[in-house]
Amino acid sequence: MNDSFWQAAYIIGALCVVLSIKWLNSPATARRGVFAGEFGMLLAIIGTLLRAEVVDYQWIFIAMIAGSAIGAPLAYLMPMTSVPQLTALSHAFGALAAALVGTAEFYNDVAAGEPTTGFKMVAIVIESLLGYLTTTASLMAFGKLQELVPTRPMTYKGQNIINLALFVFAAVLGVWMVLMPAPPWVFPAFIGLSLLFGVLLIMPIGGGDMPTVIALLNSYAGAAAAAMGFVLENKLLIIAGSLNAASGFILSVIMCKAMNRSFSNVLFGAFGQAQTTSAAQAQTKPVKSATPEDAASILESARRVIVVPGYGMAVAQAQHKLRELSDLLGKKGVQVDFAIHPVAGRMPGHMNVLLAEADIPYDRLFEMEDINQDFAECDVALVIGANDVVNPAARHDKTSPIYGMPILDVDKAHTVMVIKRSMNPGFAGIDNELYYLDKTLMLFGDAKGFTAEIVKELSAHK
Amino acid sequence: MTTEIEVSLYVLVLAVPLGLELVRRVSPLLHTPLMSLTNAISAISVVGAILVSGAEGSPALSKTLGVIAVMFATINIVAGFLITDRMLKMFKKKEGSK
Repeated sequence: MNDSFWQAAYIIGALCVVLSIKWLNSPATARRGVFAGEFGMLLAIIGTLLRAEVVDYQWIFIAMIAGSAIGAPLAYLMPMTSVPQLTALSHAFGALAAALVGTAEFYNDVAAGEPTTGFKMVAIVIESLLGYLTTTASLMAFGKLQELVPTRPMTYKGQNIINLALFVFAAVLGVWMVLMPAPPWVFPAFIGLSLLFGVLLIMPIGGGDMPTVIALLNSYAGAAAAAMGFVLENKLLIIAGSLNAASGFILSVIMCKAMNRSFSNVLFGAFGQAQTTSAAQAQTKPVKSATPEDAASILESARRVIVVPGYGMAVAQAQHKLRELSDLLGKKGVQVDFAIHPVAGRMPGHMNVLLAEADIPYDRLFEMEDINQDFAECDVALVIGANDVVNPAARHDKTSPIYGMPILDVDKAHTVMVIKRSMNPGFAGIDNELYYLDKTLMLFGDAKGFTAEIVKELSAHK
Repeated sequence: MTTEIEVSLYVLVLAVPLGLELVRRVSPLLHTPLMSLTNAISAISVVGAILVSGAEGSPALSKTLGVIAVMFATINIVAGFLITDRMLKMFKKKEGSK
């Protein structure tokens, strides 16, 4: 097969990748986007298999079949609440693949008797560093999301200094290998340091920051693929890799903004440390609570209800009951909308997927900036499983750890209803003054059970 | 004279801003599918893995690493695309219409 075939396949593949992301901009064309991505990938793989250098197919096919046999059940069996875990795991696999190729390239050159230095080595160093680091970091993120590893930030004295020292050490080894052929122990040591650094990077990061971290790891995995493009002088890899790196980077910036935090604060700040003090005085102030009957009759007489779902709703698997509730209210002429905070859920946009899974139409889901001004005109704001993202302290209390974080202005609604298990402060341990407002009714109970009871009341009123 | 490296750098310099522009336009509604899709796309590194493992006369170590890399990249590709499609299938505009 001559060279022009695979070159053409790569160019069309690159175009497909670009179109794939472009079509993802709206739900109407999104599935076409996935198809374009798949087609581009297929072209890239077929083009590569037909290259003259590739002569040995047997093991490649076996590896591909094995990979598909593992990948397909992963994608079909994971529940939607676990999409962040699956994405983290998938990042780990992709990054490891990139890292292994970098390693193989390095030892190819060693075996050929001419160890790489200079520009190609710069690319190999970056590819391996990011690849190995992302592998262990993603596995750690997977562990935290799956709660195999404690989700609380794990910190010890001098942590940042040790991490920095390790990183500098790895960088020195990297530069050494770029400048001159280094002794044989240097590359394995560099790999070990990268792997270790990935673990240490994620250890101090709390479960609540996982959306930012996953997006960042997505970016690293892309950057590793782009670096591989430089090693192999392959433009398709550079294009696909840098699109992916850009995407992960933007998403993590969006997540940081949604939490009013900086990158360095997420990575080195060990969120969840300082706030334990403010949580203590919680239980003393009076709150108003209500029964499912009360809640049902208030909801029924409302004209407009805005539901604010949080991850707690998903944990309780209340989204299907919530859809029944919104259907019933809709039939009674109540307008029901959903307000989605950017960090609701465990990865960017996660809440939208969970609600879509429960058949809630996506044109009822609104982003924070699109719906925030509507709270003042809505009769009821129903908060389910959300906490920090509706805490008014973020607007005015300078001592609060979440001060400055953009929130949903549910306190401006005529009535606020909060479904919550108990007055225990949430994961971050921050007390929420919303619960003590005169207009707030606390609905104590399990998110799914309580919603079901409201649904029962509403259907009885028919 | 334009070297291969220079061309690659040009490609990088153009691809990054293009990526930033494209992703900025993606609705926040679809950020999770976007991540799983780009995740699948990042496994384009399978190209490198195939080249390393299929090449004639490459050392056994590189070949082994390459084959393992092909498997991991394939898991990434298959899982990434399938889960993206599974999610997007759920996004519906009006109740009942499929």
